[in-house]
Amino acid sequence: MSKYNMHLLVCGGTGCRASASDSIVTQLRKELESRGLEDQVQVIMTGCFGFCEKGPIVKVMPDNTFYVEVKPEDAAAIVAEHVVKGRKVEHLLYLDPEQQAHVSDSKHMGFYKKQLRIALRNCGFINPENIDEAIARDAYAALGKVLSEMTPEQAIKVIMDAGLRGRGGGGFPAGLKWSLARKNEADEKYVVCNADEGDPGAFMDRSILEGDPHSVLEAMAICGYCIGSSKGLIYIRAEYPLAIERLKIALDQAREYGLLGKNILGSDFDFDIELRYGAGAFVCGEETALIHSMEGLRGEPTLKPPFPAESGYKGKPTNVNNVETLANVPVIFLKGAKWFSEIGTEKSKGTKVFALAGKINNVGLIEVPMGTTLREVIFEIGGGIKNGKKFKAVQTGGPSGGCLTEKHLSTPIDFDNLIAAGSMMGSGGMIVIDEDDCMVSMAKFFLEFTVEESCGKCSPCRIGNKRLYEILEKITNGKGTMADLDNLRNLSVVIKDTSLCGLGQSSPNPVLSTLDNFWDEYIEHVMEKKCRAGQCKALLRYEIVAENCVGCTACARACPVNAIRGERKQIHEIDQSICIKCGACFEKCKFDAVIIK
Amino acid sequence: MEKIRLTIDNKPVEVSKGTTILQAARKVGIHIPTLCYLGLHDLKIENKPAGCRICVVEVEGRRNLAPACATDCTEGMVVRTHTVRVLNARKTVLELIISDHPFECLTCAKNGSCELQSMAQEFGIREIHYEGEKSTYRPDTSPSIIRELDKCILCRRCEMMCNDVQTVGALSGVNRGFMAVVAPAFEMNLEYSTCTYCGQCVAVCPTGALTEVDHTNKVIRALADPAKTVVVQTAPAVRAALGEAFGLEPGTLVTGKMVAALRQLGFDYVFDTDFAADLTIMEEGTELLGRLSRFLQGDKDVKLPILTSCCPAWVNFFESYFPDMKDIPSTARSPQQMFGAIAKTYFAEKINTRREDMVVVSIMPCLAKKYECQRSEFASDGNPDVDYSISTRELAQLIKQANIDFKSLPDEDFDQPLGESTGAAVIFGTTGGVIEAATRTAYELFTGKTLEKVTFEDMRGLENIKSASVDFDGLEIKIGIAHGLGNARKLLEDIRDGKSQFHAIEIMACPGGCIGGGGQPLHHGDSSILKARQQAIYREDADKPLKKSHENPYIHKLYEEFLGEPLSEKAHHLLHTHYFDKKKKITIR
Repeated sequence: MSKYNMHLLVCGGTGCRASASDSIVTQLRKELESRGLEDQVQVIMTGCFGFCEKGPIVKVMPDNTFYVEVKPEDAAAIVAEHVVKGRKVEHLLYLDPEQQAHVSDSKHMGFYKKQLRIALRNCGFINPENIDEAIARDAYAALGKVLSEMTPEQAIKVIMDAGLRGRGGGGFPAGLKWSLARKNEADEKYVVCNADEGDPGAFMDRSILEGDPHSVLEAMAICGYCIGSSKGLIYIRAEYPLAIERLKIALDQAREYGLLGKNILGSDFDFDIELRYGAGAFVCGEETALIHSMEGLRGEPTLKPPFPAESGYKGKPTNVNNVETLANVPVIFLKGAKWFSEIGTEKSKGTKVFALAGKINNVGLIEVPMGTTLREVIFEIGGGIKNGKKFKAVQTGGPSGGCLTEKHLSTPIDFDNLIAAGSMMGSGGMIVIDEDDCMVSMAKFFLEFTVEESCGKCSPCRIGNKRLYEILEKITNGKGTMADLDNLRNLSVVIKDTSLCGLGQSSPNPVLSTLDNFWDEYIEHVMEKKCRAGQCKALLRYEIVAENCVGCTACARACPVNAIRGERKQIHEIDQSICIKCGACFEKCKFDAVIIK
Repeated sequence: MEKIRLTIDNKPVEVSKGTTILQAARKVGIHIPTLCYLGLHDLKIENKPAGCRICVVEVEGRRNLAPACATDCTEGMVVRTHTVRVLNARKTVLELIISDHPFECLTCAKNGSCELQSMAQEFGIREIHYEGEKSTYRPDTSPSIIRELDKCILCRRCEMMCNDVQTVGALSGVNRGFMAVVAPAFEMNLEYSTCTYCGQCVAVCPTGALTEVDHTNKVIRALADPAKTVVVQTAPAVRAALGEAFGLEPGTLVTGKMVAALRQLGFDYVFDTDFAADLTIMEEGTELLGRLSRFLQGDKDVKLPILTSCCPAWVNFFESYFPDMKDIPSTARSPQQMFGAIAKTYFAEKINTRREDMVVVSIMPCLAKKYECQRSEFASDGNPDVDYSISTRELAQLIKQANIDFKSLPDEDFDQPLGESTGAAVIFGTTGGVIEAATRTAYELFTGKTLEKVTFEDMRGLENIKSASVDFDGLEIKIGIAHGLGNARKLLEDIRDGKSQFHAIEIMACPGGCIGGGGQPLHHGDSSILKARQQAIYREDADKPLKKSHENPYIHKLYEEFLGEPLSEKAHHLLHTHYFDKKKKITIR
């Protein structure tokens, strides 16, 4: 067996693969082979590093050199310089925007400094398609410990004491959920992993499954032991082909190693896992809808109670946990409940993975201890707002979260604080909004998503959200009235108060939080027919400034609807009743005579 | 049973565990409005998807409002049903539902009997604050049922009936969000689905989204045509329900008034489907006895149990779902079709009329009958035995249009010869009735003895599946009865698995039998109405001088003058049928 003295870790997450990271792997191997180094240096395709903004990433171990935006043609330089001569390839190193200096070690990068990776502990370290690498990083050690040293009750107590809460959105204590499922007697019970990650822009669960599938399989087996189940199901959206492929490999390997199947690790505990594919409906992330979808029924929620712990899949007690929640489980057993409970805030323990997106410099996946402030996340880890623009708001909790503003930046992030601030943790989406964004349009954008994704079962969600969207559309089209604003608020409150499931109960949040925090903008849209961000096209007004106009006729010729009148060498004028606000004149004018009002 | 105490609008209530807030509130006279909820408790049918959110109430300590129909009471619960918060929510939700509903009340088939309309009236809706796009769908017309889904409010009652009660699976929720609607798979036409036309979806639809195909105008035209002799037949269940359409108490028998009204409408002959029901017993009963004696003689190929075949939705059901067993049901046509065949042959000859000049109209509690009379095997040279089948509701509409004051009509008698019937025929209108009628005749024909007690209590009532055992002079005959196609499915699966113990099984597609048919006046979720209709049917039986089909003198005459004997060649030709394999294959192109 070869003894490698150097490892080249190449990100194999969906994002980096889309930027040809697999051909980076091929090129690196080719370069190594041509120098006869393939027995000394190993190239490994890992899971996601999180720093997607600068992908594809190649990390060199043991010296922790972090190369960003690597192209397949850079492979030659990495091998020739770094591997052979021990010299770092300067131009591939991350450039610290503030210091304007290259940073070679990822530990010193702003993006990683404040992170604490528990759920993502193996992502970017191991080859997810090789169980040995996972085992080398303690995979299945927790399962062994639980099976050999603990009763199910003792194991559940560990999770309870750790204070682990569900990462899927609800924040329900995981230990309590397990104990409820344990209490309900039945001939079969089910452990379900909710991998139906549906928030737009969120990819924490996908990254965990792509980067460290065994952590989830192990946790499911532990959960099965705790609640008395021998059957696990992973409900994963079919749009995650890479995660599915890696899960399949992981399942085969775990079965081959006797870590799944009959008499696991010599105990009398049997447990196996099946994959179930979802068609990608957002509402199927709701656990009752998810269960119905797995049963072959229409993916729509039913009223709780009965909770799945009592009557879930096929009417049997079922425990549903999300991917990230499960990924935390094995470490808790290895490092202890106390260790875990010391991380985070009083009521939210451990860490949380967030998908940073929007107008932020460091788009990517991060994991921070609960209690980290929004400011730290956005300005330190996230590297601040793109193009030096001004921060306006951050939308947390996915499409049904709320928009938080400047005044919330010092809020330590945890389940309860976010709800108190009018938003929620959700599954960890975080979309940063800058001064160029119109908040009414932002609310409309999120509503468009929920209108599309509502299952249609209950009337407030089915019709109410549609009406909310229509009112917002009316406002952004400059046709809004003050009565519309009253209707928006009343409708939002009623939808939240009367909807059947979490989708409708939270879908008006973007409207309510923008009404609360950006009332001025709504008033401007309605009363002054003005959009300060200039995003609402219908509210724009193109005008020609007389003193700048030379009468070149370029604008008139560019106008597709002949809205511009004016003789040659005369001052031109835009007929507002004809103008469709396409902006062609604005683009065309070389004299800054066309302005946007 | 564990008791739970709570207060609703400050009224203390004690209920047993598992009681919903809605039920508890009704106990103390608090009527929480509902829209999607449907509870036919005598039939153990309940729809509570908690989807409309009209019945929401405030529960102390709970973050959001609770749907009363689907939330169980808990100890010490404090419920408020009409706070400002609740009223605003309820009214807003109703406005939302109406905002996606066409404003076509004046021309809607459900005008005056629409639950959404009456709720808007109760709530005093005068303005819709949230107007916007309305969902639109193409209308779908099948031989029996019209779907106008612009009017669907997604209460899912039809879906529950079609799937949970009938196990037909023709309707289910499709699409997401604002485009969600109840439809056959791939939004195909109902005609191409597995729909049996039982009409139970129509019977429970709160709005005008599902209605029957209206044939009243065709009937009016036929009546106005001097060249046509128009003959009408009325099914037994109609007389027990028609009065409801004129404000009479459920369970009022209006046989005589109905006959008078039909005569005033201008029908040339007012006959009774009950006559054909007696005829059915002669044929089906003889068939049963034939199979039974072959069985007793050791014939291993004989098909037992025999299944009744009066119900057209049931026939559609087994043709679609159990085509492998299509030689098990009796080959006897339904009374509607036997009547048509006899009217257009025997009776037409009698009055010297060509069949082309005769129009046979049936008044049925049923929507599947509309389809049945259009089946090609029930026509002669393209001329159908029964021209038009109209529902009890359509008849009520006709009577109202003709300015007839129904309630003050005198009682009149049916015409002869096809208007005479026995009590056995009347009970065809309820679950258990056909087999009870068959038993009365089969017993006497088999044993040669007189049956003294003609009522069989085990065959009566509204239990899902009933069984009875009758002593045929030492031979125990076991009888099964199912109403509702889901229950029928259970008995059929037992037969397929070789587990069935029965010699004869009666099946009616609608819960309660024809009294609960898809063409009856709407029960709006009140199952006591079905019970009252059932009792009315048995009352009519009790009042009839003759109670056994084979005692009907006009039936004797029919065999003497025309048919010969039961199962004769002529009887086979006119009164029997065959079934088809209609297993649906869905191909996606």
